[in-house]
Amino acid sequence: MDGPGRSEHGNGGAVTLSAQIGLQLGALDLQVDFEVQPGELLALLGPNGAGKSTVLRCLAGLAPIDSGEIRIDGTIVDNPVTDTLVEPEDRSVGFVFQNYLLFEHLSVLENVAFGLRARRTPKVSKAKARSVANDWLGRVGLADYAHQRPGTLSGGQAQRAALARCLATNPRLLLLDEPLAALDAGTRATVRRDLRRFLETFDGMRVLVTHDPVDAYALADRVAILDAGRIVQIGTLAEVTAHPRSRYVADLVGVNLVAGTVAGGVLSTASGATVVIADAPDGPSFAMIRPHSVALARVPADGSSTRNAWRGVIVDIDRLGDRVRVGMAGQLPLTAEITTGALDALALQPGEDIVASVKATDIEVYPS
Amino acid sequence: MSKRRGGGESLPVPVLALAVVAIAFFALPLIGLLWRAPWSNAWTYLTDDDALTALRLSMVCSLWATGLSVVFGVPLAWLLARGTFPGREAVRALCTLSMVLPPVVGGVALFFALGRRGIVGQYLDQWFGITLPFTTAGVVVAQTFVAMPFLVITVEAALRQLDTRFEDAARTLGASRWYIFRRVTLPSIRPALGAGAVLAWARALGEFGATITFAGNFPGTTQTMPLAVYLSLETNPEEAIVLSLLLIVISFGVLVGLRGRWMGRAEANMATVVP
Repeated sequence: MDGPGRSEHGNGGAVTLSAQIGLQLGALDLQVDFEVQPGELLALLGPNGAGKSTVLRCLAGLAPIDSGEIRIDGTIVDNPVTDTLVEPEDRSVGFVFQNYLLFEHLSVLENVAFGLRARRTPKVSKAKARSVANDWLGRVGLADYAHQRPGTLSGGQAQRAALARCLATNPRLLLLDEPLAALDAGTRATVRRDLRRFLETFDGMRVLVTHDPVDAYALADRVAILDAGRIVQIGTLAEVTAHPRSRYVADLVGVNLVAGTVAGGVLSTASGATVVIADAPDGPSFAMIRPHSVALARVPADGSSTRNAWRGVIVDIDRLGDRVRVGMAGQLPLTAEITTGALDALALQPGEDIVASVKATDIEVYPS
Repeated sequence: MSKRRGGGESLPVPVLALAVVAIAFFALPLIGLLWRAPWSNAWTYLTDDDALTALRLSMVCSLWATGLSVVFGVPLAWLLARGTFPGREAVRALCTLSMVLPPVVGGVALFFALGRRGIVGQYLDQWFGITLPFTTAGVVVAQTFVAMPFLVITVEAALRQLDTRFEDAARTLGASRWYIFRRVTLPSIRPALGAGAVLAWARALGEFGATITFAGNFPGTTQTMPLAVYLSLETNPEEAIVLSLLLIVISFGVLVGLRGRWMGRAEANMATVVP
């Protein structure tokens, strides 16, 4: 099935998932474009309502796209312009849904055999389907649960059963929608480790949706940050977090992100604040300010080496062990991280006026 | 909520009093029947040929009506629950109208639709030689007409509450829509389907007005139990009492027997709306 495969990626005509998705769904305006290589796992990470699950539904064919094109293994499965649409049941796609959606009226074994029995081609006998399903249950460590109802399984077991049910149909593309969200915190780490092990044995393309960066860190090769229907950043997790390009990633990493335009060594924000920076080319840019670089003072510090000082009001104070995060609202909203000793010395309270300052050399600036 | 160790919640006295009146309202007619029942002759009446014929006819017709209600009612419920077409609300109202219509009116309407001079009935007669009024088939038609809506609204409610993502999951596993309907949708609504079928059957068994209007009252072909009871009330009240008690025992037995199996589970699983 690798005949018409797209080979411009220079990896010997290897087949890929290529998705250009345009879809208007209620308030969501989805416009994303990405590719996934065989054996690769791409995590879609983003806040609720960003359109992550909708992307998966588009890839599975459950939500036909309005514009763009989706190719799996070089085969066009959805293209509204040429009116091509391969139905979900005819796509080589496995979908592990949130909450797993095992069929409660069937045994665990029958659940795993379901896809083999349902497919018209190739026609599989009941005995053959059961034997293949049994193999898969053995592989995910559920052989002893074959004849139980899904309701009797734990969250982690149900997830493995759902995974086996998908993989039994031998899909080329595996989609996972929040596979760990339904689990309680105590078992999540173990299940995540097991999931990682099973996913490594699958050599097709994989797309995972999660709102938890820990999942992305543990499971994904690459991360696409989805916000309000757009991919705002894509790359390895290290690349993405090194230079945040969205409020979401900045919050995730725990840094201050200031968007603005650089002109002559000064970055001006839309709200009119100015940030003096060390050295950066002119143009639209992001400035990243680490909270521990932000100094707080009660009175304007003049005459010192600090050129960047902004007035604001304290909105929240979060104690994290011996460190304290102080949120400041104002023309330039900033989060500062100081020691408990400094907090006590300043005797800060929410609602009080404050001056925050940052050394120009502590600000990292990169083009947006 | 303060609960006594013994069990129930303590209810306000006025509510309790009214509830007791309601129970008495349902229990007293039954007690009346039992009190007046001619126990010494009961067996004679029950084994009477006419009574047995009416009972058999009632059973056969009500089961046929239930079967037809399931075969046509489930697809109708599916259409009402999942279909998006203009006038769906009007279609639903039309299909459940016979629940609130006086059954006699239903019988008259059936007569003008399917009678020998009816809009459809005349062609059934001319082309196929099929006559429905005053036949056993007519009884089944009349019973189905009044019973099917009970199944439709029960199953429709269950279909609406069903998480369609299970059907999505089945599609991504390669199942066709027909396969999903048989292997996923139907099993998921089985409790509601059972409850709806029992309700439809009970309604068909008790059907009187539409039957006597559309199918008449001929012993052996169209005289079902309720008709036999009504007629014997004029000629032989003792027999009417015995036949009534028999109907009550059968209905009560089925309701109690199936409640745990179907309706109880329906309530537990999906809180199906039962009229």
